Amino acid sequence: MGEVMQLKTGSEGIGVAGRRFTKVNEIIERHGRTPSALIPILQEVQEEYRYLPEEILTYIAVAMGLNPANVYGVATFYSQFSLAPKGKYVIRICDGTACHVRGSEKIKTALWEKLGLSDERKTTDDLRFTVETVSCLGACGLAPVVMINDRVYGQVTPEGINEIIDQIIAEEEGEKNAPEEN
Amino acid sequence: MLRKKTDLDRMRDELRDLYKKETARILVCAGTGCVANGSLQVFKALQDELEKHGVFITLELLAGEKKPGVTAVKSGCHGFCEMGPLVRLEPSGVLYIKVKPEDAPEIVEALVSGGPPVERLLYHHPVTGEVFAEEEAIPFYKNQQRNALANCGSIDPEEIREYIARDGYQALAKVLTELKPEDVCREITASGLRGRGGGGFPTGLKWDLTRKAKSDKKYVICNGDEGDPGAFMDRSVMEGDPHKILEGMAIAGYAVGADEGYIYVRAEYPLAVERLKKAVQAAEDYGLLGKNILGSGFDFQIKIKEGAGAFVCGEETALIASIEGKRGMPRPKPPFPSDSGLWGKPTLINNVETFANIPRIITNGAAWFRKAGTEKSPGTKTFALTGQVVNTGLIEVPMGVTVREVVYGIGGGIRGGKKFKAVQIGGPSGGCLTEEHLDLPLDFDSLLSAGAMVGSGGLVVMDEDTCMVEVARFFMGFTQNESCGKCVPCREGTKRMLEILQRAVDGEGRVEDLEVLEELALAVKDGSLCGLGKTAPNPVLTMLQYFRDEYLAHIAEKRCPAGVCQALAAYAVIAEKCKGCGRCKKVCPVEAISGEVRKPFTIDPEKCIKCGACVDVCAFKAIARGGK
Repeated sequence: MGEVMQLKTGSEGIGVAGRRFTKVNEIIERHGRTPSALIPILQEVQEEYRYLPEEILTYIAVAMGLNPANVYGVATFYSQFSLAPKGKYVIRICDGTACHVRGSEKIKTALWEKLGLSDERKTTDDLRFTVETVSCLGACGLAPVVMINDRVYGQVTPEGINEIIDQIIAEEEGEKNAPEEN
Repeated sequence: MLRKKTDLDRMRDELRDLYKKETARILVCAGTGCVANGSLQVFKALQDELEKHGVFITLELLAGEKKPGVTAVKSGCHGFCEMGPLVRLEPSGVLYIKVKPEDAPEIVEALVSGGPPVERLLYHHPVTGEVFAEEEAIPFYKNQQRNALANCGSIDPEEIREYIARDGYQALAKVLTELKPEDVCREITASGLRGRGGGGFPTGLKWDLTRKAKSDKKYVICNGDEGDPGAFMDRSVMEGDPHKILEGMAIAGYAVGADEGYIYVRAEYPLAVERLKKAVQAAEDYGLLGKNILGSGFDFQIKIKEGAGAFVCGEETALIASIEGKRGMPRPKPPFPSDSGLWGKPTLINNVETFANIPRIITNGAAWFRKAGTEKSPGTKTFALTGQVVNTGLIEVPMGVTVREVVYGIGGGIRGGKKFKAVQIGGPSGGCLTEEHLDLPLDFDSLLSAGAMVGSGGLVVMDEDTCMVEVARFFMGFTQNESCGKCVPCREGTKRMLEILQRAVDGEGRVEDLEVLEELALAVKDGSLCGLGKTAPNPVLTMLQYFRDEYLAHIAEKRCPAGVCQALAAYAVIAEKCKGCGRCKKVCPVEAISGEVRKPFTIDPEKCIKCGACVDVCAFKAIARGGK
């Protein structure tokens, strides 16, 4: 509890546990400790870690003076938050009405097959790709649509998506090999 | 910093004089759709090309030099997303479609030399082949009347000065200098504006209720949590004309006595968030938001809140809970937000498009607004027209136009000469309308009487190849997934309804399901607190009302009349069409296809798992799905 008390005093004099969470502390400080800051804090923490580790949720709760159950409740309510690690590339397949009637299902199947994923297994073991479906990305004029991280791809076909993935993999491999070549 | 109305007027006049020095302007659409198609690269290429010709000029250069030139700006969404990237020229009004960076030299050459526009980049009518040079002449635009979308696609959304030059913030200035809050509410009431988010509640009444509530603190919230699949009008307005929303909100703040506003935007709309944040910053820098706006003593600040992916947050009480940092679950009403909203204070909450309509109503008057639309649903409404229609995109039409005018007049009819089957309106809360409703006017009350609703305005057109049972299952899957779980009838009822529909689609439907499905639908409608649950059964109910035979075919005959549901398909090779190439045999994962090369192949129904791989791969359309 002593540690916790220290945490509440702010960015100065952070306890042992606090040092592990420097980044989290910065984010909390920036947003302030009012309950309405919880969602923006979780969003930023997730951006940092690519998911919300459970110990960080507890840490945020204590630091903000909230009940951990509340924080967990919020983190599990919104579909944006993930308690499991996500891949470096999050692929969101739009399954809005327009995309659905123009064949988004086939793109999902193609991606699953390509990456060895399924409804239960959303992220590849190497933490490179996560495949999710979202209800609507609001780019219906380009249906079917896929969003990879912040980039939107329109009028996607099953073959096209495979090419995009191959390209990402090639770029990744290129980056990995680059230092060795030097 | 603008300190009084005359400052704003002077700035507008000066800016107008500056813009007169433009010999031409190139507007490159930078909405989400066109950006995805590479419009930013097109913008860069055009800019480089203009520089090469020595005619490129910016607003800063216009102010500094006397020299005229061509400006190139990134605009908001033109609505014709499928034809993107879109490039519009002014003053000629020429619209180029599907522009690539390598087209830039030709475009600039034609513009600078004063020659005719580049014909191959103009819109060609898909049926008649007629060429349209001007944007306004294209059938897609000709039948529209743009009000909320007026600036979308013709100004740079990241440049507040363009908005000011077009009389931006004049409505706010008018309100602050000439009108009392009650006068503003009266004007909005007189206009008959109804909430554009779906319900159609009279906006003026909402404002007046909030104004009359007594409190030391009040809030204005803009609901930009546009979650209906198939709807993107709010995104386009936020991205294309953010200042109009800020101005509408500030006017509302003055009318109801609030000094703080929130815009709640979906997390899936990163570009809208970015543009709104820039717009708020610019408005503050110019003294159009913040303390003592235009010397009137009125303070108003706006904060942007990003949603976190929960459809139910489009419901006002859930949205308020979400801003407060809680799980976004609705609560019973009353008390209504106008009495007890954000942090228990009186709160006015309106949709993006509603706010976008406000400045023009104030400037032009309620009578002007009533000129468009019908008696009970005045004004124009934006719709997102998508699905199996020739022209898809964002449109704005006077309320009361018929479904036919939209689908055939603006949408250009059904793709590939197929037959119209239904139009789904209002997303998961709405319903489908059939051929018999083609002449139904699109207004709040007519749609409700047909079992559908305006909703946020998604219009998804479906052709004869769409299975209505599968569509109903799709929407039920959506609402079931988005149900927050608070009300048992919604949480459990939608799950059971989904199971029944899933069974029908999977070929395991039971005849007795029909009765249960209808009973559940009514229970969910009656027993849910918020709009999500109350309207969730609508797609199923309209499906059962208008396409009952199709549902019965699924459960009684195990047949999908549209040939969509894979489990109900019976694949067979059409011998006359089969060339015996053997491609189907290669892709069949269970070796159900056999035959000799150059002779018709056959499919063994015992082995077939109905995956459909053979249909996709056959170049001769020689495999029938059956069912029809």
